[in-house]
Amino acid sequence: MEKYLKKVDIIFEDTKALSCVNVLEKTLKRSPDEIILDLIDSGLKGRGGAGFPTGLKWKFTRNEDSDVKYVICNADEGEPGTFKDREIIDKVPEKIFTGMTICGYVIGAKEGYIYLRGEYNFLLKGLQTKLDKFNDMLKQKHIDFIIHLKSGSGAYVCGEESALFESMEGKRGEPRNKPPYPTVAGYNSKPTVINNVETLVYTTMICHMGPEKFKELGTKDSRGSKVFSVSGDTPIAGIYELELGMPLNQFVEEFGDGDTKAVQVGGASGHCVPRKKFNDTIIGFEGIPTGGSMMIFNSSRSMYNVLHDYLEFFTEESCGQCTPCRVGCQQLLKGIEAVKRGEKAPAYLDDLKKVTNTMKIAAKCGLGQSVGNPFNSIVDNFREEIIY
Amino acid sequence: MTTDLLVKELVDKNGKCRNSLMPILQGIVQKEHYLSEEAMLAVARELDLSAADVYGTASFYTFLDTVPRGQNIIRVCKTITCHMKGKDEIVNAICNHLKIKVGETTHDKKYTLLTANCLGWCHKGPVMLVNDDVYPDLTPDKALEIIQTYGKEE
Repeated sequence: MEKYLKKVDIIFEDTKALSCVNVLEKTLKRSPDEIILDLIDSGLKGRGGAGFPTGLKWKFTRNEDSDVKYVICNADEGEPGTFKDREIIDKVPEKIFTGMTICGYVIGAKEGYIYLRGEYNFLLKGLQTKLDKFNDMLKQKHIDFIIHLKSGSGAYVCGEESALFESMEGKRGEPRNKPPYPTVAGYNSKPTVINNVETLVYTTMICHMGPEKFKELGTKDSRGSKVFSVSGDTPIAGIYELELGMPLNQFVEEFGDGDTKAVQVGGASGHCVPRKKFNDTIIGFEGIPTGGSMMIFNSSRSMYNVLHDYLEFFTEESCGQCTPCRVGCQQLLKGIEAVKRGEKAPAYLDDLKKVTNTMKIAAKCGLGQSVGNPFNSIVDNFREEIIY
Repeated sequence: MTTDLLVKELVDKNGKCRNSLMPILQGIVQKEHYLSEEAMLAVARELDLSAADVYGTASFYTFLDTVPRGQNIIRVCKTITCHMKGKDEIVNAICNHLKIKVGETTHDKKYTLLTANCLGWCHKGPVMLVNDDVYPDLTPDKALEIIQTYGKEE
């Protein structure tokens, strides 16, 4: 079944026409179990990249027996090529607050936190003003929930949920061992729902429009739409909400500059898709999932430089806690430099690929585990560019 | 205000517990541009933590500097899209203008120039942060103009 690129307007739909207060009041009259069933039925999966079913996450946390629980909005958007959360926070913050409050009601939490990355500090003042207004509204309506704002300090790895908790607890942002998962022991070791900014907005919108309408969009494995951050060699870089499950060739036709050589789907930690595979690559959980980053490269770009850039990024942002990631990132970077200089034989690239396999198995968190995605997809598809 | 007073004020505002460590350190950096040894020791005393713990946390985060910085910190994004859109020209223009290299501070302590990983403006690169303010769609001339406006403030 061929799917065509379809532009959608759910996330940024005019908030003046849509009253978040009405959605909130309407939803809080329903039982938590009903809301969870709706979310599960909608098929909504986390929009941060990992794609865990949102309804299940809420259900697991609701089932935990604890007096104190938390709702956390992960606004530590750090993946290279991703900038959609900044726009959502700037344009429709009330929808995020509403989603968090509904979540609080469902799981039995009285406190919520937004963890905003330090690079977006310029948003803090405006966001705090809007948040104060929202918190006042909750108080007036006797809804027992309050949202606080926390700020990061420039560490990519803090977007990893357990590292984010550590950072909020005033520690080094080093990921924890899992299990236990956040639904059991998250912030302050209490059951916690942590969702991406965009996911929380979708929960608000699903409560507003019902799961049926959301399900009409997308495919069986990837329900609904998603906000994409489009950058690189494109005449129309920007933020677009598109239906999930589209083939990449349609995307390139719409956004490319006519000379597209490759698209990096899912940011630095995602996969690089070369032109010859555009036709049979689906953007969605059945194909290549993405947190929304789509970086387009045309034929004037050296894929060696692209890979080098990514590896520099990971080397700097690796927290250094576990050896596979700390040493692995450094060795991959040194390795491709050595091959480029001719100090190592081209076959050395295959040894480096084995390193990424070890990292995938042995690294503690998603950062180290996913370095192999860009490395293998670029080395496999553009080997000659890495060597010569 | 002395560093000790500032730390006390921040501890009162954020609460005397480990969870307040980040906002306290962020508050010090906002006022003093970096975390001095004196400041970190004061925080350790106030929160009843070991100084090593405070330093260990601070040194993890890029935005919590533990070496002296200028009054205005310039961070130019160096990640791939900004790289493709010409961040090198921006960095070179600033280096030439301020007569410093990346990582250095001017003699008058007005500016520090750093590069940063993805700042989240890939569709409008090249981009830089000056303190907390963001400036997308840069050209070398535009970058210099912006930087000069910060020099005048003091």
